[in-house]
Amino acid sequence: MSDLQWRHKDLLDTDNLSYEEILHLLDTAREFHEINTRPVKKVPTLRGKGIILFFSEDSTRTKTSFDMAGKRLSADTFSLGKSGSSLSKGESLKDTALTLQAMAPDIIVIRHSSSGAASFLAERLPCSIVNAGDGWHAHPTQALLDAYTLRECWNGETSGKTLTIVGDITHSRVARSNIHLLNTLGISVRVYGPRTLLPRDIGSWPVSVASSLDEAVSGTDAVMCLRLQLERQQAGLLPDLAEYAAHFCVGQRHLDLAAPGAPVLHPGPINRGLEISSALADSPESRILDQVSAGVAVRMAVLFTLGMRGQETGKERS
Amino acid sequence: MSTLPGSFCIRNALVSLAGGQPLPHDILVAEGKIAATALTGALDIPGGTTILDADRKYLFPSFIDAHVHLREPGQEYKEDIESGLRAAAYGGFGSVMAMGNTRPCNDSASVTRFMLDRAAASWPHGPRLYPVGALTVGLEGKELAPMGELSQAGCIAFSNDGRPVTNTEIFRRGMEYAAQWGKKVIDHCEDEFLARGSHMNEGRMSSRLGVKGQSTVAEALHVSRDILLAEYLSLPVHLAHISCKQSIRLIAAAKARGVPVSAETCPHYLYLDEQALEGYNTLAKVNPPLRTKEDVAAMREAVRDGVIDIFVTDHAPHAAHEKEETLDAAPNGLVGLETAVPLTFGLVREGLIDEAAFIQMWHHAPARLFDLPVNRFLPGDPADFFLFNPQEQWLVSRETLHSKSINTPFLGWTMQGKVEAHWLGGHKLF
Repeated sequence: MSDLQWRHKDLLDTDNLSYEEILHLLDTAREFHEINTRPVKKVPTLRGKGIILFFSEDSTRTKTSFDMAGKRLSADTFSLGKSGSSLSKGESLKDTALTLQAMAPDIIVIRHSSSGAASFLAERLPCSIVNAGDGWHAHPTQALLDAYTLRECWNGETSGKTLTIVGDITHSRVARSNIHLLNTLGISVRVYGPRTLLPRDIGSWPVSVASSLDEAVSGTDAVMCLRLQLERQQAGLLPDLAEYAAHFCVGQRHLDLAAPGAPVLHPGPINRGLEISSALADSPESRILDQVSAGVAVRMAVLFTLGMRGQETGKERS
Repeated sequence: MSTLPGSFCIRNALVSLAGGQPLPHDILVAEGKIAATALTGALDIPGGTTILDADRKYLFPSFIDAHVHLREPGQEYKEDIESGLRAAAYGGFGSVMAMGNTRPCNDSASVTRFMLDRAAASWPHGPRLYPVGALTVGLEGKELAPMGELSQAGCIAFSNDGRPVTNTEIFRRGMEYAAQWGKKVIDHCEDEFLARGSHMNEGRMSSRLGVKGQSTVAEALHVSRDILLAEYLSLPVHLAHISCKQSIRLIAAAKARGVPVSAETCPHYLYLDEQALEGYNTLAKVNPPLRTKEDVAAMREAVRDGVIDIFVTDHAPHAAHEKEETLDAAPNGLVGLETAVPLTFGLVREGLIDEAAFIQMWHHAPARLFDLPVNRFLPGDPADFFLFNPQEQWLVSRETLHSKSINTPFLGWTMQGKVEAHWLGGHKLF
């Protein structure tokens, strides 16, 4: 592990992380991943630290992942969900933020349907803010766990590799955060999806845009399928789900066009047969469950790095 | 507010006459009207007349803002008629046209009269409030508002501002029926379907921030609709707060073939682009949204070339707590009455337009479009004018603004140019 001095109070997105900082987080995650294989999966590192998990948008896996990460570092985690929060009683985000701060947490992990909600908190509160997904904007720990998984699949190599992202780019915080982060790591990103689900200015993004699914996956080093939110069809962006599946569902046939051994990733939860074929989801190339376990390690690394910020680090972790 | 003696004289003020170069003039005022205007030194000033030396600052005819939201009745915590007119007075505006999207909205004579009564009670000598009536009942776009009744009560134009009329048949009939009463329709051009759910311009910035954007087509489509109707019906239409290049091209082409269309824009569309939304800056959230640099350049050319007829502020106050929200939760709009004149005078300083065009766009053109009193500085004209110091710099802050709300993306900017004194009908407002 490097002796990098961590300079960020918060983790809001991946666009302001340097190459060294990303590697620092991924290397730290690797050490924690090892802890997760032990019979006793707990270290005392963040004992006495308080972490609030403020999830105003429905989420099970990300919230559980953060909760587990915090607990394995011996931090105290407190959950605040939409139904239990006063947000549903019409309280503004500012007032909720001030209320949370009054409880003196060390870290607040926030999931919110509004883009910019995490930075809204970060600008106003002295504690560290971790963005667990804000609107369509960013989901940095997802991008980090994806990079972690890719790095494992590629035996530590990243530079010069290509990842293909298939699906709804416009509304995807996962795609946005991944594109920033993978570019910093020297990974080329290709995208493919229905024209209605690509931003109008996609040409100015640091990605290449494929004109067919075959072209998108051809020779690529990894494929990432994005979840299709069923509401996109209701919003008139898609004809129907069968049509989507017929043209945008990634199957074994597509993976055969990719580089040998190329893994398939998906941020979950998956719609079998819609964006990824059921067989492919269960195939050896599928790394979806590896992503989930990487998620705990990456979030431990993030909470650890922010929680120990400004303190003597690294000595008593294991 | 003080009541002035019968006459006074402002000496050595830069005044533009008949669209000419501003030159030092002496202005004699008596009984609330211009009594005489002459080049400095050429006037025979009666003994005992109070004389004010303008020190070669500008004396502009009181400006007209054809697009403001004063929030009263119903949302007095944002602004009320007294505070809104105060901001107008300090901003150089002697007349403001108040949009009808109050609560209740201005679709009945009782609301119109209430607004006029409040204005007269709070500022008896002005600034003057001219209500713009709702085009449709409840601004719902379904039935025409009682425009005859509203005209009699004092409405000087009709608009569904804030809630664009989707039903083109209703809009057409609104134009026709408004014409019955000699009134124009002011249209907030926005296609409901294209704009739905948007919080900023659709562009690189919205794409990066992960926020739903509004295409310029949402505006230009209705601009196009209105032009077609104006041409077909031979009736005028006035296009509110135009913000983008696509609209400008349509308006320029329509004007070239003689369609009776007029258009306004606001200072923010000439000075800011979508970059102002960086960091989810809710103070820069406005509808139509701030567009791209290319649009700003096109808007400036349109001002220079006369495609845009008038400047307006679209003064839209919101309380601090309403803007201290995530971008999607914050309301649209910004206050503009007190920054508009110094900002747009910047265009004169840059050489984009001259003083005469500047005065035209803030005074003569809106007066002609909406049939309001004009001050040409000729004998008999109303003594409505303000003294403008083009050099003085001031910081936009809570301390310097008179509006109840300070929601402006220009907060913290240094303005160059200040309204130093303002008279209406010969009465000094401050």
